[in-house]
Amino acid sequence: MTRILKLLLRDRVALVSALYLVCIVVACGLAALFLVQEAAAMKFGSGRLAPFDFARPVRDWLGTDQLGRSVLYMLLVAGATSLSIAICAAIIAAATGTVLGIAAGYFGGIVDTLAMRLADVILSFPSLLLAILFVYLFEPSATNIIILLVISRVPLYLRISRAETLEISRRLFVDASRMLGASNLRICRRDILPMVMPNVLTLVALDIGLLMLIESALSFLGIGIQPPSTSWGLMVASGRELMGTAWWLTFFPGLAISLTAVASSFLSNWVRIAADPAQRWRLELGQGSEGR
Amino acid sequence: MLRMLRRRILESVLSLVFLLVVVFILSRLTGDPSSLYLPETASDAVREEFARAKGFNLPIWQQFLTYMGDLSRFDFGESLRQQRPALSVVLEAYPATLRLVMWTIIAAVTTGVLLGCLASLRPGSLIDRLAVGLTVTAASIPDFWLALMGILVFAITLGWLPTSGMSTPAHWILPVVVLMLRPAGSIAQVVRGSMISILGAPFIRAARGRGLPVRRLVFLHALRNAAIPVITLVGVQTASILNGAVVVETIFAFPGIGRLMISAILDRDFAVVQAAVVVIALAIFTLNIIIDLIYGWVDPRVRT
Repeated sequence: MTRILKLLLRDRVALVSALYLVCIVVACGLAALFLVQEAAAMKFGSGRLAPFDFARPVRDWLGTDQLGRSVLYMLLVAGATSLSIAICAAIIAAATGTVLGIAAGYFGGIVDTLAMRLADVILSFPSLLLAILFVYLFEPSATNIIILLVISRVPLYLRISRAETLEISRRLFVDASRMLGASNLRICRRDILPMVMPNVLTLVALDIGLLMLIESALSFLGIGIQPPSTSWGLMVASGRELMGTAWWLTFFPGLAISLTAVASSFLSNWVRIAADPAQRWRLELGQGSEGR
Repeated sequence: MLRMLRRRILESVLSLVFLLVVVFILSRLTGDPSSLYLPETASDAVREEFARAKGFNLPIWQQFLTYMGDLSRFDFGESLRQQRPALSVVLEAYPATLRLVMWTIIAAVTTGVLLGCLASLRPGSLIDRLAVGLTVTAASIPDFWLALMGILVFAITLGWLPTSGMSTPAHWILPVVVLMLRPAGSIAQVVRGSMISILGAPFIRAARGRGLPVRRLVFLHALRNAAIPVITLVGVQTASILNGAVVVETIFAFPGIGRLMISAILDRDFAVVQAAVVVIALAIFTLNIIIDLIYGWVDPRVRT
């Protein structure tokens, strides 16, 4: 653990990305616990205040909307929804896909064929089409959006971990384990899983940004998170009408989405190298992210 | 080649049938299917009559047979809002989307290939970093937000471009640019990668040794070899361009299939949603098969 942290301290881009992500997750988490009332509080007479007026109280720093609600507070509360949906969906998809992928790759046979065909079918449709059908037939709630995102991402994890498993399970050290009498489960858990993890973790880091983009697009179109809940995409949509007079209502939530997505993609780039035992020396030599 | 083509077509048809079966099961699972087709205010008597007329009271396997039979004749039912066949509503909106996607692909390939070539000539230079930066940011900025910011800057503040519609070429600039950035970034990366490896290949060095000018070398000999990964990428990107088209059409009030789908969802017009999904899925499968054919044409190794 300390070794990983030391590696992170060396890579400036990855460090800034990780710090940003931790800060935003913590801030949004705290806001969801303590600031919900504050964020919904309207204040007549101080509607549509422009941002960056630091003489005013903290709540007005990023401006206010037409009802005098604080953009900063709404941003943090909405971020909690956006981030938790993305993180939950990424983790569930990764766990399901990896387990299925390792099983398919290790045991092969009919399970393998079925899983791969299903993955092909899901991957061959544009994700938004799938989303539109799904949302039409079920209610667009947070849970359903997570389910939808998981369904659309599982095939990817399935493919990656299956391909890795196919290759790894033919290696000598797996044979050695088997000779020593290790059970199938143990081989999968102790020999194969650690080798598959780097790729999966890289994809999870990247997916958190990507899934957030999908969720925000759905919410923006009115088929994602529904009011009175908020998310960053929904905030952009509701600020749209007032764009000519109050640009900050659309600007800040979009910026939050973009920054989070950029950070998650930079971090994923670093994880790819740091989590791979065969490539970690690149970072330890101190080349940082330049050496790619 | 023919065998591969046959397999691809079969696979696509299977996927499509699978999609339709899932839609059928889901639409029957969610309770009363007539509520999918009728407005929420419909009375019980109307619902019952509709259910009888559509055969929703028949056994489920019989319903499935009529459903598949209707679909095989491209009969998706009536659009609730417009009181005419859903398919004709969808086909009317189709050309606008097709043109939008086509211009986007042309713009993305031109920009991506140019940027990728320039970046590959001098790895590590300013233009190379610009290309990398474009890829990362374009992949991370939500397209709906980019479109709104584009409107804010170029339409509202500067007044250079119109905000919505599709009547003049100026109307197309913002939508195409917004849609183009993401695919252009990834195309530039792929072109850059394969150009760097090809420019180091013996046959290029031989040509350079014979005194061929660099520009001719890059754009004539090396680029032809870099074309294959780019074609693959265009195929993959088209699906994501279609995703983006839904958003962009909604924002710029483009009368395309994406905007139609979103408004159909919000109006609960199931027949139109279903028709649109099937038409788009068909288009994507056709495109994938065309791309396979192009492979065979560009790369002689695939033909065997």
